[in-house]
Amino acid sequence: MAKPRGTERTVDAAELHTRVSELLAAHPPGDSPPDGFLRARFDAGLAWVHFPEGLGGLGAPRSLQPVVDAELAAAAAPDNDPRRIGIGLGMAAPTILRYGTEEQKHRFLRPLWTGEEVWCQLFSEPGAGSDLAGLRTRAVREPGGGDWIVDGQKVWTSSAHTARWAILIARTDPDVPKHQGITYFVCDMTDPGVEVRPLRQITGEAEFNEVFLTGVRIPDAHRLGEIGDGWRVAQATLMNERVAIGGMVLPREAGMVAGPAAAWRERPELRTPELHDRLLTAWVDAEVARLTAERVRQQLAVGSPGPEGAGLKLTFARLNQRISGLEVELLGEEGLRYGNWTMVRPRSVDFYGRDAGYRYLRAKGNSIEGGTSEILRNIIAERVLGLPAEPRTDKDAAWKDLPR
Amino acid sequence: MSAPNLLYSDVEDDLRAAVRDLLADRCPPDAVLARVEGEQPYDPRLWRTLAAELGLAGLLVPEKLGGQGASAREAAVVLEELGGAVAPSPFLGSAVLATTALLGCDLADGGAADLLRRLATGEQAAALAVPLSATPGSGFPAGVRADGEGRLTGRVTSVADVVGADVLVVPAVGPQGAGLYEVAVTGATVERFSSLDLTRPLADVSFDGCAARPLPGDDAAAALDAALLAGAGLLASEQVGVAQWCLDETVRYLGQRHQFGRVVGSFQSLKHRLADLWLEVVSARAAARAAADALATGSPDAPVAVAVAQSYAAVVAVHAAEEAVQLHGGIGMTWEHPAHLYLKRAKADEIALGTPGRHRAALAELVNLPAPVN
Repeated sequence: MAKPRGTERTVDAAELHTRVSELLAAHPPGDSPPDGFLRARFDAGLAWVHFPEGLGGLGAPRSLQPVVDAELAAAAAPDNDPRRIGIGLGMAAPTILRYGTEEQKHRFLRPLWTGEEVWCQLFSEPGAGSDLAGLRTRAVREPGGGDWIVDGQKVWTSSAHTARWAILIARTDPDVPKHQGITYFVCDMTDPGVEVRPLRQITGEAEFNEVFLTGVRIPDAHRLGEIGDGWRVAQATLMNERVAIGGMVLPREAGMVAGPAAAWRERPELRTPELHDRLLTAWVDAEVARLTAERVRQQLAVGSPGPEGAGLKLTFARLNQRISGLEVELLGEEGLRYGNWTMVRPRSVDFYGRDAGYRYLRAKGNSIEGGTSEILRNIIAERVLGLPAEPRTDKDAAWKDLPR
Repeated sequence: MSAPNLLYSDVEDDLRAAVRDLLADRCPPDAVLARVEGEQPYDPRLWRTLAAELGLAGLLVPEKLGGQGASAREAAVVLEELGGAVAPSPFLGSAVLATTALLGCDLADGGAADLLRRLATGEQAAALAVPLSATPGSGFPAGVRADGEGRLTGRVTSVADVVGADVLVVPAVGPQGAGLYEVAVTGATVERFSSLDLTRPLADVSFDGCAARPLPGDDAAAALDAALLAGAGLLASEQVGVAQWCLDETVRYLGQRHQFGRVVGSFQSLKHRLADLWLEVVSARAAARAAADALATGSPDAPVAVAVAQSYAAVVAVHAAEEAVQLHGGIGMTWEHPAHLYLKRAKADEIALGTPGRHRAALAELVNLPAPVN
């Protein structure tokens, strides 16, 4: 494996153990306020050990992170509640690390990781979902190299109502083909031109938001990557999103299959031969999906990622939908009831929470969010299997000339 | 329970490369097709090379008995390649099923150890006298009886790899109960019939008081069941090999065939089917690796891993072969094109060593998801 950048030597588990002990001695978790402890952990390079020194890491192998997490959890140290700040950790941070300036990395990564500043993602638009590169939110630079002024509408933005910052892509040049005229920014969510409205979804709650941008001002120092290079920068974000959604390796029979398996064991009156075979088929498929994700994890751990990662989210969506549907049906009469349609604003996403009806409905989003299953199949067919793309008319024409 | 090792080691990669090179050279699809309708579907020269030169016959046999002392993980890699070539070879019957059954016998006794030595060198090949459809955990068969002098009487149907075998390992019920017996193939009556899978010929075998040598051991039923479990688990790797060939060949074909002025593989409806199939094959590979690793390490989880792998991979192989026939269009329906060899292997493999439904039924007990009581 390549030597981690920014270090002369490779940090091993023993050194991490020493550093964790030093951190705990200097900041006993019981005595320190959580924010203070988390900042100290970041400064000790124990936030994400594979990040460079000075940015919360030690340039250590990523596979050693669980060593640190387990030792700190055992010492009852506060954590950064990663589920609440998933967009920042999973999508903004890797993009900032890869494309940000030194100043941006030092300004944004520490409060992002500690959770003091929540992040959201302003990508999808009402007219640009799967065809994200067709987006029409405009960023126009003030004359003389001044700030960027942004106008447009974004949608399906989780955490927008709690976020301090957003990663944003906007059109900066409508006269070139659509993939070439996009630029990537960090947007201040406290700007007076940002209006956030809850977007109620089929579960009854509002996990996501619509975000209206009117004359939002962004300094050029908050641009990520080159002008017009936003599409390439966004690819890094989106690949991280798919890995984050599909790549979790859970224990056997965790995840969506836990519900129907438990109901089957606890309630013999629900059992029929036909449901039995469907449940066992679902159990097998869930176990195989788990093993497939585990195999991807093992490939990454030895530094030879295969193309298999591209399919994890596709499987995840299909299984969640099928198994949650089976559970509602298995429950029979109880499946006719739904916990609560009240519009609430959940603090974090929970695919496996609440009741079977909620899980069934929420799972419908799994094949849409983070790239629809149809787009993912195109990606697999073209990038993994090497099949040719469909003939297209939109790739070379100027964005402003496309039919809409 | 620690996570199984789902990757391929460097040694396994090297083994794969050696087997693949040999099969590409000596067992291309047209050669398989030319051979399967003849009297000798197996190529004895090919098997001698695989068995003796590459050491595949003795892969699972300990070194002290002249084998390679390797594990189910390596045998799985070999089966992936044999499946990918639909190679007619007695590897599954001799080097996996019969060998694993013999390894469950008393190896201090001369009988089983002697036979294992002969199998390991490739000097002889053996078949396990059970129907290919036998399922792990289905109980010791009662179709063959042994008398007090070790003579066998009875009949076993649909036995794989008898053609090409010199010796049969026969489960039979004797005066002392269940036992395993060694019988020369020439002592039994072997009736070949035309099998669905042309590349794995089957035969019905009858014993009419023929002489047999008892293979002593503590628990013949356990030895037989271990063989069926290993066979079922490793068959998943063969199914991965079959499915991967079907996928690769279909992608290759659709990438060059033109209709409507376009490469057929550029139509989205076909691309999506192939993407789904790719994902199935990737998933089946993870399941098959888990089963091979569980068998190799003697994990207590092996029965679950095998039931999961077999009930999943069997379906994937059939689906891949059916898609290969359909997406090749007319050429896929011809005798000349090898796709049908893969379809027939995949469909027969779905029944071999337990159907997916039987493995799910086994799983129901293993993971406590019991069947409804009427």
